[in-house]
Amino acid sequence: MTRRASLLAVAFALLSGHALADTTLLNVSYDVMRDFYKDYNPVFSKYYEAKFKDKLTVQQSHGGSSKQARSVIDGLEADVVTMNQSTDIDAIVEKGKQINPGWEKRLPDNASPFSSLQVLIVRKGNPKGIKDWNDLVKPGVQVVVPNPKTSGNGRYTYLAAWGYALKQPGGNDAKARGFVSSLFANVPVLDSGGRAATTTFMQRNIGDVLVTFENEAEMIAREFGRGGFEVVYPSVSIDADLPVAVVDKVVDKKGTRKAAEEYLKYLWSPEGQQVAAQNYLRPRDKTVAAKFAKQFPVVKLFTVDEFGGWTKAQKQHFDDGGIYDQIAAANAKK
Amino acid sequence: MSGTQNAPRSIVTTESAPVRWLLTGIALLFVALFLVIPLVSVFAEAFKQGWRLYLAALVEPDAWSAIKLTLLTAVIAVPLNLVFGVAAAWAIAKFDFKGKSFLITLIDLPFSVSPVVAGLIYVLLFGAQGWWGPWLAEHDIKIIFAVPGIVLATVFVTFPFVARELIPLMEAQGSEEEQAALVLGASGWQTFWRVTLPNIKWGLLYGVILANARAMGEFGAVSVVSGHIRGMTNTIPLHVEILYNEYNFVAAFACASILALLALVTLAAKSYVEWAAARQAAEDRRHAVE
Repeated sequence: MTRRASLLAVAFALLSGHALADTTLLNVSYDVMRDFYKDYNPVFSKYYEAKFKDKLTVQQSHGGSSKQARSVIDGLEADVVTMNQSTDIDAIVEKGKQINPGWEKRLPDNASPFSSLQVLIVRKGNPKGIKDWNDLVKPGVQVVVPNPKTSGNGRYTYLAAWGYALKQPGGNDAKARGFVSSLFANVPVLDSGGRAATTTFMQRNIGDVLVTFENEAEMIAREFGRGGFEVVYPSVSIDADLPVAVVDKVVDKKGTRKAAEEYLKYLWSPEGQQVAAQNYLRPRDKTVAAKFAKQFPVVKLFTVDEFGGWTKAQKQHFDDGGIYDQIAAANAKK
Repeated sequence: MSGTQNAPRSIVTTESAPVRWLLTGIALLFVALFLVIPLVSVFAEAFKQGWRLYLAALVEPDAWSAIKLTLLTAVIAVPLNLVFGVAAAWAIAKFDFKGKSFLITLIDLPFSVSPVVAGLIYVLLFGAQGWWGPWLAEHDIKIIFAVPGIVLATVFVTFPFVARELIPLMEAQGSEEEQAALVLGASGWQTFWRVTLPNIKWGLLYGVILANARAMGEFGAVSVVSGHIRGMTNTIPLHVEILYNEYNFVAAFACASILALLALVTLAAKSYVEWAAARQAAEDRRHAVE
C-alpha cells in the first residue's frame, strides 16, 4: 500500500513538473489557429523574458470555437481567449461573467489583431470551372462547408454567400435565402469544425470545392503540397475578424493580468503581425501588410455589420429555429 | 459425413465440407478485414517515415505527458474500482438486503449512459456554473479541466467492470464455504482473505484487466472534462485526435500504436489469466475426485 502511495506521489510530481515555470498562461483558442500560435508563442516568450526577466510558458487548448467558449464558461481557466467571432466571447461575458463587458474596446481594431476571409478551394485545374459564389449552387457541384451550427467558419461561409446574393442586381432577402438554400443543398458532408472539413476535402477526397478561411488554404499547401489544389478568390467575400480578450476573472485570481495583457498587445507589434502574415492572416499593420501584399489579393469585403452585427445575425440565422434550421429542414425533405 | 473413421470430430456438424469452408472463410475474412488490417495499418502508418521519427514523436514533451497522465489515471481509477467492485459484489452475492436490485441497476448505470453524458454530469456538478462550482472556485479547488476531473470521469465509466465480473461468480459459488469458516470460528476478515478472495481471484484479475483497458482508452467522457490543454490535461486518446487534426499523422499513429500496444499487453494478460484460471479449475476438479 505504501509503495502504491509513493508511486502516486512520484507520478503527481512528474505531472506537475510541467507547470513549474514562473508564469504560465493558458490560451484557449479555436481549431485552425493552432499553427499561428505555435509560431507566435516562442516569439512572445522570448520578448517577454527579455523585457520582464520572468520565465513564461504558454499552454494551448484547441477545439471548435463555440465549444471552447463553453469550456471557459464552465470553468476552464483560460488567461486569454482567441476566438473566430465575437459572439463566442460575448457568450463568456453573458453566461460565465468571467470577462467584463466592453472587452472589444480595450484593444485596437475591435480587439481583432488580424482578419481572414472566406475563399474557395478547388481541385487542380479547376475542372468544374468555379469562379465565384454563383458557381457553387449549380447542379452537380459538391461543396464542403463545416456546419454553421457548430462552427464559426461555417457561419462566415453562410453569411458570405447570403451577402453575395444580396449584392447582385435585384437582390433581396428572399432571393438570398433561396441562394443559400441551394448552396447548402449541394453540401454532401457537414463537418463540425473547419479542420474536419479540410480533412474531408483533402484526405477523403470528397467534394469539388471547399469553402474555408484564407489562412487554412495556406495550411493545406504546407501539408499536402501546392500541386493538388487552387485557391479561387470570389468577387466579394466576408471580412472575418478574429477577436481576442483577456479573461478578467481568471487573471485577477491567478495574478497574471500583466502577462496576459502583454501577450495580446504584442499581437499588434510588427513582430506579431509578421508571424500572422507568414501564417496568411491579414495583418493590421500597414508596413507589414505592404511587405506581404503579394500574398493577399485585394477582394471586395463586407462585414457582419451588413447583418446588423453578430448578435443579430446569430439570433436571426443560427439560433434554434432560425433561418439556417429552416433551410436545413427544407433541404432534408427534398 | 464422408469419413466414418474420424466420426467423433464430425459428429456435431452435418453441413457439407464446402459450406463449412465457406463459413470459416467468411469469419476469417471478417476478422482480417475489421481487426487485423486496421491494427497493422496503425503500426504501418506510425513507422511510415522510419523509427527515428516514431521515437521522436513519443518522447516529445506533450506526447510524453499524455502517456504519463493516461497511466496515472489508470493507476488511480483501477485500484478504486477494485476495492469498490469487491465490496459491492461481496454485499450483493453473499447477503440479502432491501434495495439489492436497485444497487445492481445503479452499478450498471455507467454501461447504459453515454460517456459524453457521463462527462457532462461532472461539468454540471463541478463546473463554474455547476452546483458546487462557486464553492470550489472560492476554495481554489480545481476538479473540472484538471487531473481530478479526468480521474473522476474515468472511475465513472469503468465503475461496473470489476463488480459485474464478480457478482455472477460469487453467486454461483454460494456462501457455504464462508458459513463453514464462520462456524469454525474465523473472523469476518479471515473469512474474506482466506476463503472468499482465493475463490474469486481469477475473476477479479479479469475484471481489473478489463477496467484498466477501458481506463486507458476512454475518449468521450474524458474529452468533455479535459479542457484539452496540451501537455497538461490530454490523455493519449485525446492527444491522438489533436495530432491527427494537425496533419501530424506519424505522431498521431505513433501515439495510437502505444495505445494499441497497451491493448495487446492487456489482451495477453487476459488470455494468461483465463488460461491460468482454467488450469486451476482443472486441478481443483482433480483434487475433488481424489
